[in-house]
Amino acid sequence: MEQLYIDLENYLGIGTDSVPEVVRLAIAVLVLGTIFLLAPILTIWVERKVAARFQNRIGPNRTGPYGLLQSFADVLKLIGKEQIMPAHADRIPFLFAPLLMVVSVIMITAVIPLMPNYIGADLSIGALYFVAIGSLSTIAVVMAGWGSNNKYALLGAFRTVAQLISYEIPLVFSLLVPVLFAGTMSMVGITQAQADLDYWYIFLAPASFLIFLFSNLAEIGRTPFDLLEAESELVAGYQIEYSAMPWGMFMLSEFLHAFLIGPLVAVLFLGGWDGPFAEDVPVLGVVYLVIKSMAVYFLGMWMRATLPRFRIDQLMEFNWKFLVPLSIANLLIASFLWELFPEPAGGGLVDNFPRFIVMGGSSLFTLMVGLEFLRRKSVEDRERIARLIDEKNYPLATADQTGVAGD
Amino acid sequence: MLDVYAPVAPLFILAILVGGIILILSRLMGPSKPHARKVATYESGMRPIGPAVRRLPVQFHRVGMLFILFDIEVIFFIPWALVFRDLGFYGLAVMGVFFYVLLIGLAYEWFAGGLEWEQ
Amino acid sequence: MVKTRENISTKPFSEWEGSIDELKGLVSDKAMTGESMLLNMGPQHPSTHGVLRVVLELEGEEIVTAIPDVGYLHTGIEKNMEAKTYEKSIVMTDRTDYLNPMGNGLVYNLAIEKIINLEVPERAQIIRVILTELTRINSHLVWLGIHGLDLGVTSTMTYCFREREILLDLFELVSGQRMMSTYFRPGGLWRDVPEEFEGAVQFILNIFPQKIDDYEALLTRNPVFIDRTQGIGFMSAEEALAYGLSGPTLRASGINFDIRKVQPYSGYENYDFDVPVGEHGDVYDRYLLRMEEMRQSLRIVEQGLKKLKPGPFRSDNRKYVPPPRAELGRSMEAVIHHFKLWTEGFRPPVGEVYQVIEGPRGELGCYLVSDGSPYPWRVHFRDPSFVHIGALQHMAKNHFLADLVAIIGSIDIVLGGCDR
Repeated sequence: MEQLYIDLENYLGIGTDSVPEVVRLAIAVLVLGTIFLLAPILTIWVERKVAARFQNRIGPNRTGPYGLLQSFADVLKLIGKEQIMPAHADRIPFLFAPLLMVVSVIMITAVIPLMPNYIGADLSIGALYFVAIGSLSTIAVVMAGWGSNNKYALLGAFRTVAQLISYEIPLVFSLLVPVLFAGTMSMVGITQAQADLDYWYIFLAPASFLIFLFSNLAEIGRTPFDLLEAESELVAGYQIEYSAMPWGMFMLSEFLHAFLIGPLVAVLFLGGWDGPFAEDVPVLGVVYLVIKSMAVYFLGMWMRATLPRFRIDQLMEFNWKFLVPLSIANLLIASFLWELFPEPAGGGLVDNFPRFIVMGGSSLFTLMVGLEFLRRKSVEDRERIARLIDEKNYPLATADQTGVAGD
Repeated sequence: MLDVYAPVAPLFILAILVGGIILILSRLMGPSKPHARKVATYESGMRPIGPAVRRLPVQFHRVGMLFILFDIEVIFFIPWALVFRDLGFYGLAVMGVFFYVLLIGLAYEWFAGGLEWEQ
Repeated sequence: MVKTRENISTKPFSEWEGSIDELKGLVSDKAMTGESMLLNMGPQHPSTHGVLRVVLELEGEEIVTAIPDVGYLHTGIEKNMEAKTYEKSIVMTDRTDYLNPMGNGLVYNLAIEKIINLEVPERAQIIRVILTELTRINSHLVWLGIHGLDLGVTSTMTYCFREREILLDLFELVSGQRMMSTYFRPGGLWRDVPEEFEGAVQFILNIFPQKIDDYEALLTRNPVFIDRTQGIGFMSAEEALAYGLSGPTLRASGINFDIRKVQPYSGYENYDFDVPVGEHGDVYDRYLLRMEEMRQSLRIVEQGLKKLKPGPFRSDNRKYVPPPRAELGRSMEAVIHHFKLWTEGFRPPVGEVYQVIEGPRGELGCYLVSDGSPYPWRVHFRDPSFVHIGALQHMAKNHFLADLVAIIGSIDIVLGGCDR
């Protein structure tokens, strides 16, 4: 933060001492906030274009060059629309839910290290702060669902509670792996540790990386985990009674949150701003971070265009029976192997190669074992269903339940 | 020590300001012509039957219980992970016991059917 | 008086509630006391395929009862047809099941031809088969796209509609209309197919097998898709028969019944094709079966294209079929026939017929009663959508809310056909 302001000052040519601390802070925060508020508008454009290409469409192309101004046009349109308050809504939760959602997501931006020395607040618990503040949106969703006085919204809110709190467990367990490696929860510290080591934690814990990615996709509610707003079942879930800009704020914060998952994953597992010459030319750090974030984001878009949606029981089983045990096992194995194979003194890529093999390999091995277990179980399930159908006593529907088929 | 949190406060204010201004702007700019049909609860075009605000189904309660159990355990892991390097094998052994207890709990939950959605 | 928000919100909630009395006897006692949730899904809902209303009784996410309620798209087509001459009411048939216009036209014309015993030339028969099979593919493509969308795969829809455009262009080529083609007429076709027809069909035959493989690559072995569809919406063979299911929904339950094989019409006995039969009777089997049906339809189209020879495209029975335009200048008799047919219409003999064809959704029947006047006394369509909705309650029992969407998708209903 200070660095950001000092650079700004040098750029503008103002004396450092002439400005009080509060104003400095305010200016720096304003700059940071603007960057992160403009980011989702661009991300929405990217998302729409990429989704369109996946689906053999063109996407927005009329508003501005390449349709770049489409999101601005959408925002303007939404501001001019009528806000409808359902007749029997619970007013306070209904009105404050979008605000809470936006606030919780904007607050996250404080701990994203953009480049060396550029961060809103270098909190010693940065990673935890990210997860904790991010999950405030759960409360916003529940408020929206409860306050709307709508059954679809309520079902959406129920699902949200179940989904978001469940996926928090593997999220935190796999988050602890890089924390354990770096010995700190500070986002700057974790990035710096990876920059010093010349390798990224994804090589040491690829399984944790994947678990973390999936749990995060569930946290932000993207396909295949978009049960909270499943449009084909719950129409739009908790957003159903919202219109105009309150709805727009839900969408804005959702996209911003989705975008911020990229930097978080990049910081924890992909070295954040780390890259060739990033320490000497800090601007490169931003470029690296954006590239890594967009790569992660692209994975999400790809899945969104390809995969069907889970059902609520499958979602829960996937979490509790697969992700949770796997993330615990991974944490255990990672800590054990870290003790067994201490860091070599040199710390270079070559010196660490045996560790990559052992730690990364065992991490991937656990993942494979888990996947094989999952595969066997689902094959077993299918065989069980097929057998029950063959034996004509499938529990879901039998002839005498309705009394029609037996006649 | 709390100095590092200083930028969080203006960011919080900024977030509230941005959110509030957008909401108020939208309220001011947009028309407001409510009538009975428009403000009626959406339920696929039919009049809703029965209240919408009702009890949570029991499955969600169970998920909530599970979450609280595991979340408390996670809290114990965080300090351990932070000082893990200093504790060395001793810390690993102690945490291993904790892991063991946790896994027994999970296994019990699993075999007792607590992780199934349907009872 | 326009009600403002203030005087609405002061009213107690109960005044804005629907009445539960109409559901007495349909839902459980728990729902009557308000313990379990009653939810209207539809008519204005994105995944009820139009305007189907399903009243759900939910325990959490689980469906206790699903009561389908139809009639929101009732347009009085059958009744309207009684006020039009036989030939003029063909245009109404396209509007019933709007994804199967050629099939509806075919069954209605077959019924007319049956009642007046009208011969249809070979060429017209073959073109009818080709176009009806292409309509089946068209309908299955729409089904697949929407089914994918229901399950959350956003991409299938655009892929399927991309290929559907090619088919619609072909229909436009022959009939001048993309969807409401009205191309089949009693005794043959409205006009002969244009020269480009064979090339266009050949183009479809060339590219479609690859496209169908592409859809299968996206879904068939997709684990999430399998988890969402296998063992869902199960119907055993006995139940499927008892509910009167037909078409792919019946065959998925393991019963080999295809009207094209059992009661061939339009010369289907001359084509070599297989009828895919499922074994589990669930949503996944219905999916697999429809994919295979598309391939078999392409086989039929290919054989039809080989058989296509030049020749008359409609019967020369002047009592029922208008003479060619060129004859009007030369023959007084032709002018009289023309005049009679376009002013009064033809008068079939008194009687009643029932004609069935294998539509994309199942057994599509047309019941026609003639009282000897130029207007049909009664036309009734036995639409498979209507029959399948009747089985919805049974299929949806004890499933999750999300499964209901998959089940509605899998029985492939078109409300236009259901409500007529």
